[in-house]
Amino acid sequence: MATTTVTTGRGSGGRVAPASGVRRLALAHFGVAIGAFGIASAMAMMQALSRANLDLPFRGPSLYYMSVTAHGTLMALVFTTFFIMGFGYVVAERALERALPYRRLAWLSFWIAVAGTAATVVAILAFKATVLYTFYPPLKAHPAFYIGLTLVVIGSWGWCAVMLLALRSWQKENAGLAIPLSMYGFAATVIVWLLATIGVAAEMLLLLIPWSLGYTSTIDPELARMLFWWFGHPLVYFWLLPAYVIWYTVLPRAAGGYLFSDPLGRLVFALFILLSTPVGFHHQFMDPGIASGWKMLHTFNTLWILYPSLVTAFTVIASLELAGRARGGQGLLGWIPRLPWGDPLVSSVILSMLLFALGGWGGAINASFGMNALVHNTSWIPGHFHTTVGSASALTFMGATYWLLPRLLGKRLELAPMAAVQPYIWFAGMLLFSIPTHITGVMGMPRRVFDASYGNHPTALSWTTLTNVSAIGGLLLFASALFYLLVVVFTVFSSRAEAEGIDFAEPLESPGPRSLVFDRLGLLTIVAIVLIVIAYGPPLWNHLQMTRFGSPGFSPF
Amino acid sequence: MNVDFYERIWMWIATGIVLLFMAFVGVSTFAQGIRPPSHVETIDPAKVFQDPRFSRIATPTELPDGTIEVQVAAIMFAFVPNEIRVPPGRRIRFRMTSADVTHGFMIAGSNANTMIVPGYISQFTTVFEQPGDYLLVCHEFCGNGHHAMHGRVIVDPGAVVAKAAAAPHQGAH
Repeated sequence: MATTTVTTGRGSGGRVAPASGVRRLALAHFGVAIGAFGIASAMAMMQALSRANLDLPFRGPSLYYMSVTAHGTLMALVFTTFFIMGFGYVVAERALERALPYRRLAWLSFWIAVAGTAATVVAILAFKATVLYTFYPPLKAHPAFYIGLTLVVIGSWGWCAVMLLALRSWQKENAGLAIPLSMYGFAATVIVWLLATIGVAAEMLLLLIPWSLGYTSTIDPELARMLFWWFGHPLVYFWLLPAYVIWYTVLPRAAGGYLFSDPLGRLVFALFILLSTPVGFHHQFMDPGIASGWKMLHTFNTLWILYPSLVTAFTVIASLELAGRARGGQGLLGWIPRLPWGDPLVSSVILSMLLFALGGWGGAINASFGMNALVHNTSWIPGHFHTTVGSASALTFMGATYWLLPRLLGKRLELAPMAAVQPYIWFAGMLLFSIPTHITGVMGMPRRVFDASYGNHPTALSWTTLTNVSAIGGLLLFASALFYLLVVVFTVFSSRAEAEGIDFAEPLESPGPRSLVFDRLGLLTIVAIVLIVIAYGPPLWNHLQMTRFGSPGFSPF
Repeated sequence: MNVDFYERIWMWIATGIVLLFMAFVGVSTFAQGIRPPSHVETIDPAKVFQDPRFSRIATPTELPDGTIEVQVAAIMFAFVPNEIRVPPGRRIRFRMTSADVTHGFMIAGSNANTMIVPGYISQFTTVFEQPGDYLLVCHEFCGNGHHAMHGRVIVDPGAVVAKAAAAPHQGAH
């Protein structure tokens, strides 16, 4: 990168306050997201203390497994989805520089998703849906759980429609121009989500809802698992791609520099459209009923998914280097200390990238056909996804909150010193939580257990020091979550002040005209569908030809 | 598309990393025969204990090819049997199914690991080189007694193994 010339100063951009319509819409979404985050964080702290075998008066298996269900559902499905939808609307209006169209549809979708969330949460908290966020049948929850989650998905489809309609009307007026990168990333997010949710919609509408309402007496658990993981893996890219939008198009500007390469950002998002879905069997390597050849095909697809993230690592770090050098950094590494480490958006993103590097290599192990057997369903897996969705996505979203919330509210960030240290506490807590959790997984400790003492078998006793360390990590994470919530609440209730505009990073070189490959989203979607048909068509067809025996439902909770 | 020289190099390195990982998977699969349990066979979960394929749950049975078959039924919240005795150094074929919800079967700290999904028979073959007392756990949430679902696999040179009297059942392949 020595050849790169760094220019100082940049276009002032349109310092326009966001239109009030999208502002309220986005704030409503963030309200639900952050509320869900708060409840889920409290559940997590309780689990951390339980893992350390502290003899709390209310401790018991029923509460523990209910709280695991609530934590997973609220964090992974509610916090993420609502945050992403709210942020998506902001991007659609600010990056496209035109008022968000179809706002009524957007509000209708929001209320559908809120009603669904309420039904799901009530079912869980009433101890009627302790089926965890993976809800594998024949564990059977109250119908409100399944119907509620389906409404969340239907609401998110309304969001997808608004996003695509906004993009299309922009394209009509701007024929020949490349889609702004932040909106391009969201278009990829929408396409990945639409392709992913076909699987879970089929599982819900054809299998789970009729069965939970008593219209069908039995269910095929393996078919349900195949449909769930059709959805379950691209779900992680639905979490990740909006975080990448922040890394590519918000971070470089916040750090004081430029996006290093706009076309490579597009390449990355396009690859995720193609590769996100035909990979789900790597969650089912240990399942009976799926022949190993199909699992192998999904393995190879999965390994390619590392590629766009490896490219991202380079582009984002190069953008940070541009920023550090623009701030006067010299020499090979001298740009690093010059970065604004006290800016909570910048530190959140950098720390989440470091944690994601750990999680990414763990993911390659999970995806390996043979090695997976050592870690499948052990505590390695929660260790893994807390460094991915719990860091790359969640920590980035927290940082983005500090950046976006004051700008949306027309206020200043309150309790700024707390916001400045919060990402570092999350980082430390996550290392203390996830590294021991990975290790106990390799040592054979299963995930999702209330009590891992197993009759004091020597193998189980060997885990206890590490589980105690991970409990300390859990407490730090909870402290960090509290800091975040306090900053949000104080900012919301502070008095109005002059806020900065919502502007996205400019690339070093302008993106130029519409690209023949990347900007043809319809073509990319068709190729993605062909890959899904190849990966899922024959195994699902073969599956349906077998003599299968259904299972009645069980609710042992 | 104009790509920076250093980034171009990195993209080739990234391609190399992915191909290297694929090579590892390919070698372990085709040269070493390491594959995840992927047996395809169905069973009526309501009739597991009447099914002839699970009639030898009590005692490991030696098949004509020398492999020892161990049959396990998973129920809420126990493995049947919950103590399995097998000899070291022999090929052990585990065949498992569930009579109720989805369970997991894992010998802690090893790669003996499978899901047990009702309606399906899970099967894998392994060899225990070292005698010892291994912890067996259920690793899929199966209800409020999930953490109580555990057992032991005792690898003991003196383990009692029955001989299969008749031809092995059709299911073993």
